[in-house]
Amino acid sequence: MNLLTWPWLEVAIILALIGAVSCTRLRQPLTAWLTGLVFSAFVLGASILASAAFYWTVERNAPTFDYLQNSLFGRSIFGVDALNAPLLPLVGFLHFLTVFATNRTKMRRFSASWSLASEAVRLAILSCQDQSILVVLLIGGVVFAGLELVDQGKPIRVYAVHMVAFSAGILLGWWLVKRGEGDGLAVFGSITMFSAILLRCGTVPFHTWLTDWVEHASFGNALLFILPLTGVYAAWRLVLPVAPTWVLQSLGAFSLITTIYAAAMATIQQDPRRFFAFLFLSHVASVLLGIELHTPTTLTASLLLWWNVTLSLGGLGLTLRALEARVGRLSLDRYHGLYEHCPLLAVCFLVTGLASVGFPGALGFVAADLLIEGAVASNIFIGVGLVLATALNGIAILRAYFSLFTGARHVSNVSLAITWRERLVVWTLITLLAGSGVLAQLLVNSCYHVSPVP
Amino acid sequence: MEQLALVLQGLAGIVVLAPLLLLVLLCMTSLIEWKLGEKTTAWACLIAILFGLGAAWGIVLIMLGLDQRQLVLIVGDWVAMGSYHFTIQLVFDLLSVPMVILTFLLCGIIVAFTNRYLHRESGYHRFFVFFALFLAGMVVAALAGTIEMLLVGWEMVGLSSVMLVAFFQERPQPIRNALRLWVVYRVADAALLLAVVVMHHQGETGTGHLLWGEFSWPQKPAVLLPVWSWWVGLLLVIAAAGKSALLPFSGWLPRAMEGPTPSSAIFYGALSVHLGVFLLLRLGHLWESIPSLAYLLAVLGLGTALFAYLAGSVQTDIKSVLAFASLIQVGLIVAEIGVGWRYIPLAHLVGNACLRTFQFIRAPSLLHDRHRMESALGGHLPRPSEPFPLARAELRLWLFRWLLERGYWDSWLHSCIVSPFVRLMRRCERWEQKWYRWLAGTTAAAFPLDSTSESTLEDVI
Repeated sequence: MNLLTWPWLEVAIILALIGAVSCTRLRQPLTAWLTGLVFSAFVLGASILASAAFYWTVERNAPTFDYLQNSLFGRSIFGVDALNAPLLPLVGFLHFLTVFATNRTKMRRFSASWSLASEAVRLAILSCQDQSILVVLLIGGVVFAGLELVDQGKPIRVYAVHMVAFSAGILLGWWLVKRGEGDGLAVFGSITMFSAILLRCGTVPFHTWLTDWVEHASFGNALLFILPLTGVYAAWRLVLPVAPTWVLQSLGAFSLITTIYAAAMATIQQDPRRFFAFLFLSHVASVLLGIELHTPTTLTASLLLWWNVTLSLGGLGLTLRALEARVGRLSLDRYHGLYEHCPLLAVCFLVTGLASVGFPGALGFVAADLLIEGAVASNIFIGVGLVLATALNGIAILRAYFSLFTGARHVSNVSLAITWRERLVVWTLITLLAGSGVLAQLLVNSCYHVSPVP
Repeated sequence: MEQLALVLQGLAGIVVLAPLLLLVLLCMTSLIEWKLGEKTTAWACLIAILFGLGAAWGIVLIMLGLDQRQLVLIVGDWVAMGSYHFTIQLVFDLLSVPMVILTFLLCGIIVAFTNRYLHRESGYHRFFVFFALFLAGMVVAALAGTIEMLLVGWEMVGLSSVMLVAFFQERPQPIRNALRLWVVYRVADAALLLAVVVMHHQGETGTGHLLWGEFSWPQKPAVLLPVWSWWVGLLLVIAAAGKSALLPFSGWLPRAMEGPTPSSAIFYGALSVHLGVFLLLRLGHLWESIPSLAYLLAVLGLGTALFAYLAGSVQTDIKSVLAFASLIQVGLIVAEIGVGWRYIPLAHLVGNACLRTFQFIRAPSLLHDRHRMESALGGHLPRPSEPFPLARAELRLWLFRWLLERGYWDSWLHSCIVSPFVRLMRRCERWEQKWYRWLAGTTAAAFPLDSTSESTLEDVI
C-alpha cells in the first residue's frame, strides 16, 4: 500500500482533536504549548500529505480510498478536491506558524487546546463535501469562536447578534433551496443564503462584528478564525452551484462598496488591530467580488487572492502580534520607532503588507491584475473601484509601517530583538510569498481548473 | 547572423539580470542578517552596474553595426491564462537604450560617492538595498515592452524613492514627507493602472499596441484614435505629472530632499523625476494624434517651469534650490514633448540628469567651494540680485510668501482632497461607533476616536 493512499485528511482532523483534548489536561503553559506545537506539526504534515495524495491520484487517475469514512458514516463526507487541496495545508501551516511564533509572555493567554480544536473544525469545514453537514459545521464554527470571547470575559453581544442572523439566514436559505429545487423559491433561498454568507464575511454594513472580534479576542485566535476565509468557502460550495448569475452580480455591489470603504477606513485607523481588520475586510470583499462576477478570469483571480490574503495578511497579523507581545497594544496616531529594535519584523511587516496589496513580484500582483482585468470586462467602474481600493490599501500599509517602526527613537530597558522562532517564521513567510510569485503560473493553472465556469 | 542574435539576447539578459541579481543578493543578506561589509556592498553594486553598462554598450554597438533601430526581446510569459498574458518583453530602441545607459552611469557614480558619504552610517546597508530596488526598477521601466512591465518598474522606483526619503527614520519629519510622497505616487500609480484598465476595456492587449506599436521610436505614425484614447492619454498625463512633480503635484519635490544627498541626486535630480517624462516621450505618437493633450502638455510644462523658477528663487537651502532648478528643466522638457519634438527632449533629459547629479553631489561642499573661490578671488563673491526687482514692495512681499509656501499647492490639495476625505471617514467612524453602541447596548466607546475632527495631512495620511 502506497503511503499516499492513506486517509491523511481524516488523520489530520483526528490528530487535531486528540491534540486539543490532550492540551486541555495540561496545566503548565509551556508544556501545553509544546504539546500543541507537536500536534500542530503533525496536523500540518498530515494535511500536506492529504493534498499531495490528491494530486498524486489525479495525475495517475488512481482510485481514492475512503474506507475509513465509509466504515464510520457509510458514505464519504470529507474529501480533498481541486478547490481545497491547496487550502488544507495552508490552514495547517497558519495554525502551526501561529503556535510556533507564540512568545512566552503570550503562552498563558493563547490556548493551544482551542487552537487545535478550531483547526479540526476548520479542516472539516474546508474538506466537507456534503452541503447539509457543511451548513451545520459553519454554524458550529461560529458558536465555537464565540466561546473564545466568553472565555476571555469580553462582550459578546455584537458578535452574537450577527452570528444568530448568519445561522438563521444560512439555515433558512438552505431549506428554501432544498425545497425549491430550481424554482423561484430556490432563487430566494440562494439570495438568503448568500446574504448570510456576506454577513459572515463582514460585508458592509454588517462588518462591526469582525472589527469587534479582532479587537477583543486574543490576536492569535482572531487570526486563526478570520484568515482561512471559511465564509468564502461556503459561498463557493453552497451558493455558486445554485445561485443564478444575476443574483451573484447584484450582490456584488455590496462587496465592491466594502472593498473601497474598508480600504478607506484602514487609512485613518488609530488602532493597529482595527487597521488590520479593515485591511482584511477590503481583501475579503475583493475575493468575494471575484466570485460574484462569475467569469473564469475572476474566479481564478479570486482563488489566487484567497491564497495571497491568507499568506500575506497572516504574516502581517503575526508581525503585529509579535509587536504587541513586546510593547503591548500600540496606536497608529504616534510614531514608535521600533525598527531599531526589531528590523526583521519591520521587513516582514513591509513585505507581507506590500504583498497583500499586490506589489510587483508577489502573487498578489498577478491576482489583482487578473481580477481587475476580469472586472473591467464586466463593468469598467468595478475596475476603477478596485484600483482605488488598491491605492488606498497601499497608503494604509505604509502609514502603519511608518507609525510602528519609524519616526522616533524607542527606548527600552529590555531586549525587543526578534527570537529565533520568529525569525524562522519570517523567513518561511517571505520565502513562500516570493516563491508563490515566481511560481505564479503553476498556481494560476491549478486555480483555473477549479473554476466551475467553462 | 544567428550567433549575433544569440549574443544580443545574452547581452540583453545581462542588462536586466545584473541589477535584479544585485537586488536579490542584498535582500537575502539583509534577511539572514548577514552584514556585508561596506566595501563588499559597494563592490557588489559596482560590479553589477559595470556588467549592465557594458552589456548595454555592447547592444548599442551591435545595433549600430547592423543598422537596427529596434530590438524586441520576448522572454516569455510570466503568467498566461486564456486571453490574459503577462508577457516579459524588453524593447531596446533609441529611447530605452540611452535611458538605460544613463541609469547605469549615474548609479555607478552615486555608488562611488555614497560609499564615502554614508561611511559608518547605521543605515548604510539599508540604503543600498533600496538603491538596488531603484536600479532594477529603472532598468525594467526603461526597457518595458508591455504596460504591465512598465507598471512593475514604476512601482519599484516609487517604493524605493519613498523609503529613501524616510532614510533618517528616527526623526518624524522625513517620515511625514515620505508618506506624503507615497500618497502622490499612489495617485500616479492608480492613474497609470486606470489607463491600463481603460485600454483593456477597449480591447487593447497587455502589449499595448496603442502605446508601443510595431514601429521603432520615434517613427511611430500618428494614428486616428478612438474617443476613449483621450481619457487614456489624460490618465497617463496625470501619472507622469505625479511621478515628475509637475503641477499640481510639485509640492513633494522639496520635501523629498529630506533623504541623504546621494538619493536626492539620483532620484530627484537625475532619474526618478524624469521617469514621468520618459513615459511621455515613449508615447510621443499619442500626443501627435490628440492635439488637445499636446497643448495640455505644453501648458503644463511651461507652467511648471515658471512656477519652479519663481519658487526656486526664494528657497533657503541648496538642495531645494537644486530641486526646483531640476524641475524647471523637467517642465521645459514636457513642453518640448507637447510641441512635438522627440530628440531634443531626450538630449535635454540626459543633460539635465547629468548636470543635476553633479550639482547635488557637490552640494554638501557648497560652503567649502564658495570659500575656496572667494579665497582665489581675494574678496566676496557678488550677491545675487534680489528676486522680482521690478515688482512693487507689497507685491514682492506677497509673491515671496506665496513662493516660500510653494504656491500653496500642498495646502490646496490638502483642503480640496485630503481634508474632505479624512473628515468623511472620521464621520463614518463615528457612525460606526454609534451603531456599535446600539448593538452592544452600552454607552462605553468601543474604540478610541480622535476628538479633533480637523486633522492635518502629516497627522493622518
